[in-house]
Amino acid sequence: MYSEKVMDHFTNPRNVGEIPDASGVGEVGNARCGDIMKMWIKVENNIITDIKFKTFGCGAAIATSSMITEMAKGKTLEEAEQITNQQVAEALEGLPPVKMHCSNLAAEALGAAIADYRKKTAPTA
Amino acid sequence: MKRIYMDHAATTPVRPEVLEAMLPYFNSEFGNPSSVYSWGRAARKALDNARDQVSALLGASPSEIVFTSGGSEGANLAIKGVAWADQNRGKHIITSAIEHHAVLDAVLWLEKQGFEVTILPVDEYGLVSPAQVEAALRPDTILVSIMHANNEVGTIQPISEIGAIVRRHGAKFHTDAVQTAGVLDLNVEALNVDLLSISAHKFYGPKGVGALYVRKGVRLSPLIHGGGQEKRRRAGTENVAGIVGLAKAFALAQEEREQENARLIKLRDRLISGLSRIPHTRVNGHLEQRLPNNVNVCFGFIEGESMLLNLDLRGIAASSGSACTSGSLDPSHVLLAMGLSHEIAHGSLRLTLGRENTEEDVEFVLQEIPGIVERLRAMSPLYQG
Repeated sequence: MYSEKVMDHFTNPRNVGEIPDASGVGEVGNARCGDIMKMWIKVENNIITDIKFKTFGCGAAIATSSMITEMAKGKTLEEAEQITNQQVAEALEGLPPVKMHCSNLAAEALGAAIADYRKKTAPTA
Repeated sequence: MKRIYMDHAATTPVRPEVLEAMLPYFNSEFGNPSSVYSWGRAARKALDNARDQVSALLGASPSEIVFTSGGSEGANLAIKGVAWADQNRGKHIITSAIEHHAVLDAVLWLEKQGFEVTILPVDEYGLVSPAQVEAALRPDTILVSIMHANNEVGTIQPISEIGAIVRRHGAKFHTDAVQTAGVLDLNVEALNVDLLSISAHKFYGPKGVGALYVRKGVRLSPLIHGGGQEKRRRAGTENVAGIVGLAKAFALAQEEREQENARLIKLRDRLISGLSRIPHTRVNGHLEQRLPNNVNVCFGFIEGESMLLNLDLRGIAASSGSACTSGSLDPSHVLLAMGLSHEIAHGSLRLTLGRENTEEDVEFVLQEIPGIVERLRAMSPLYQG
């Protein structure tokens, strides 16, 4: 049911863990529906230099989290914000239709981490 | 890689003896049991023998057996059949929150057609209380349907006691015995049931065939109209090979069940005690009133499907009540009805043992699971070490 690429990211997820001195942290989903993604980013000169994740969820949830960390690393914040869930699914050579909505949250998790970074670094009025 | 199948509540392989008994009815004895000539008579004889065998195993009469396409059809025929036939006597139906969807969805569909439905809760072990059944019975209750044992958590219900109560109130009583056929005693007199449904592929018979016991005098509207087969209760040329396979498999399972149950209980209890050693693990279902082959646990902080994928990579087949595997956005309705939180229910794992499983298999599974759980927990934002 899953593509080889999904299984690859599921069995060998990239960038699992936390960044203790992260520039931004984002969390989306809820345990009720069975998917929670938490993402940590390190930002230097507007570029994501490091990114890590932890995910509670099914195979698709873990694989999409892993995939987006690869896609976002080294990108500017503006570039990273352009990544969509659809692009993550495509990079994984597709997801089963039933998983497209419930477990494809990685772009939201990354977006939440970037928003957190922006909030922290916004000039205080 | 060695493959270990531990999902016997989902389905079982056809036993060689069963397959052998079935084979002639696909070609050499291919006749239609309704035909008068010799081919037809041979098929009729096989069908009659199978019916005699099944009815004897249930302590019933041959005319009380209706062959079906399986458990879902049996449950639908029992529920809709009685509801339609008895709707002039009343329109109230009682069932429980942990039934298989074949029962639950049939009852909920009838509710949309104007029937009134009471869905009884269960306790934390998944048990239906006979007192609650009694309290829910009304003068216009026509049918009660409570499963014999639950397919997910293995809890065995006090069917005989519930049946006696239902009978006293004059309603009909159906039990879904799909998980208990070939495992527990299914004597319909001892169980106090009016209708009982079974499915062959759960006891090493073929898929696509089942049987429904219908007590003499119970009126039933058919789901399928057409020919006069099965005493007009189920039209359509009989699945002769499948029915022969069902009877053979049922007979073998009943013959061996005590010895096999004792073996399975040992393996089951070894699995339960081994898995319970993993921190943040709970065992679901009743510990004593439990199917001999059922293990159901929840591992906190992780999700079921990712566990199944990891087990599959190691050659182990199991199942889970997580949303991803239940085909909806919610995890198992059974675990939720037992009071588990959504979060915990997503992390359920069911292992159901069978004939081919050995002590070695159990030890292998016990050796693999802790590492999988640990690895997924290390990846989980819910787990704090």
